[in-house]
Amino acid sequence: MSERRVVVTGLGATTPLGGTIAETWEGILAGRSGAKPLPSEMVERYELPVHFAASIAQDPAEVLSKVQLRRMDPSAQYAVIASQSAMEDAGSPEVDPLRLGVAIGTGIGGVWTLLDQWDTLREKGPRRVFPLAVPMLMPNTSSGNVSLLLGARAGAHTTVSACASGAESMGTGFEMIRAGRADIVVAGGTEAAMHPLCFAGFSQMQALSTRNDDPMAASRPYDTGRDGFVMGEGAAVMVLEEYEHAVARGARIYAEFASIGMSADAHHITAPEPEGAGASRAMQEAVERAGLTDADISHINAHATSTPVGDIAEANAIRRAFGAAADGMCVSATKSMTGHLLGAAGALEGLLTVLSVHHRTAPAAVNIDELDPKIDLDVIRGEHRSLPDGDIAALNNSFGFGGHNVALVIKSV
Amino acid sequence: MADQQEILSGLAEIVNEETGLDPSDVQMEKSFTDDLDIDSLSMMTIVVNAEEKFGVRIPDDEVKNLTTVGDAVSYIQSNQG
Repeated sequence: MSERRVVVTGLGATTPLGGTIAETWEGILAGRSGAKPLPSEMVERYELPVHFAASIAQDPAEVLSKVQLRRMDPSAQYAVIASQSAMEDAGSPEVDPLRLGVAIGTGIGGVWTLLDQWDTLREKGPRRVFPLAVPMLMPNTSSGNVSLLLGARAGAHTTVSACASGAESMGTGFEMIRAGRADIVVAGGTEAAMHPLCFAGFSQMQALSTRNDDPMAASRPYDTGRDGFVMGEGAAVMVLEEYEHAVARGARIYAEFASIGMSADAHHITAPEPEGAGASRAMQEAVERAGLTDADISHINAHATSTPVGDIAEANAIRRAFGAAADGMCVSATKSMTGHLLGAAGALEGLLTVLSVHHRTAPAAVNIDELDPKIDLDVIRGEHRSLPDGDIAALNNSFGFGGHNVALVIKSV
Repeated sequence: MADQQEILSGLAEIVNEETGLDPSDVQMEKSFTDDLDIDSLSMMTIVVNAEEKFGVRIPDDEVKNLTTVGDAVSYIQSNQG
């Protein structure tokens, strides 16, 4: 029996650029920034050094019922919205519930519920703690709620690997289909971590940009003036489907999900391994497992968060993995527009890579006024880049605190 | 002191908030579990919100005796204040 192939047949998202993946993609092509000012009460009350973030564009209350809003942590609300629209985009496929799976990653989980209920306990006592506090704060709250919503019974999984979570979960979905455990998996990532504690914590790590006078110019991967990432939130989900299953129902196929490569740095809890040994292994593994050669990869959607150290480490890792072949890979840094969606970042960028392959258009980054001379890559800025005709393949990188490295390969069909 | 009708409509609001059920469906003879499909976690939330709204304390042991909406209304009426 030949290996089961996995294709992408539906996309859904709620992001700083829009309430759908279509609006998000339009925003990316228009070079819009999702950065917005934080509520001034919050900034003042907690004396936050950062005054902006890439919060989601659409209020979940426009889509979900009052009861859904009450019973789900914002991270699960976003995941449910994205999953619902991804399934609709896939043509609401009829599928045996036992063959329908879920894999939704998150970096931090139900942090709003956790801290809000802790406040309730301290201020009002144990009897006022919401009976759903625990199922709302647990990291698998999103995969559980999505499974419930869709009636998906093949398995519901939650990958947690910081900012690589979303990419890893799509890999989990891919492996489920390859292993014959499911025919369709709703896979992606979600994050809703715009709590003052998260801003304070990331700020103490010097990880966030403090370009408070110009938030829309703050996320500037590869630019010499970059000073940290812009925190984002939202969810992105793709419908992964076994190829024959998709063909049999006449589904629109965006692209093939060809492989996942993974590794761990074992170097430092947050700092990337500077030579990029671990990250390059994940990239090489992804290309090999896809049955491709380096020359087949024409585009990379990079992790590129806009931190001074991280962007260089990734660029080094790309060179280390592909050598001269990296000259033929044009690089998109879409976090320059979306901000960094943490546990949803890998998922959103996975979707954007699928769209880049599907439309054969690799988006230009914004805010790169002066390319850092240490970045020896073909970074796309100014004009979007057309990808070649014929068979093409693209790579998407995601890395997370803890030393997690995930690379995905998306192929044209 | 709230009268029976005020307690019923107050309770109906709380049930609506928690479950999305139409307040007019919350009637005296309705069973919380069998008719209104309210699970134990939702019941807990309804009880705590009712305690706050009507200034009563409904002990956990008492909650399982509150089968119908009418049971809850009369408990609140005789123990409020």
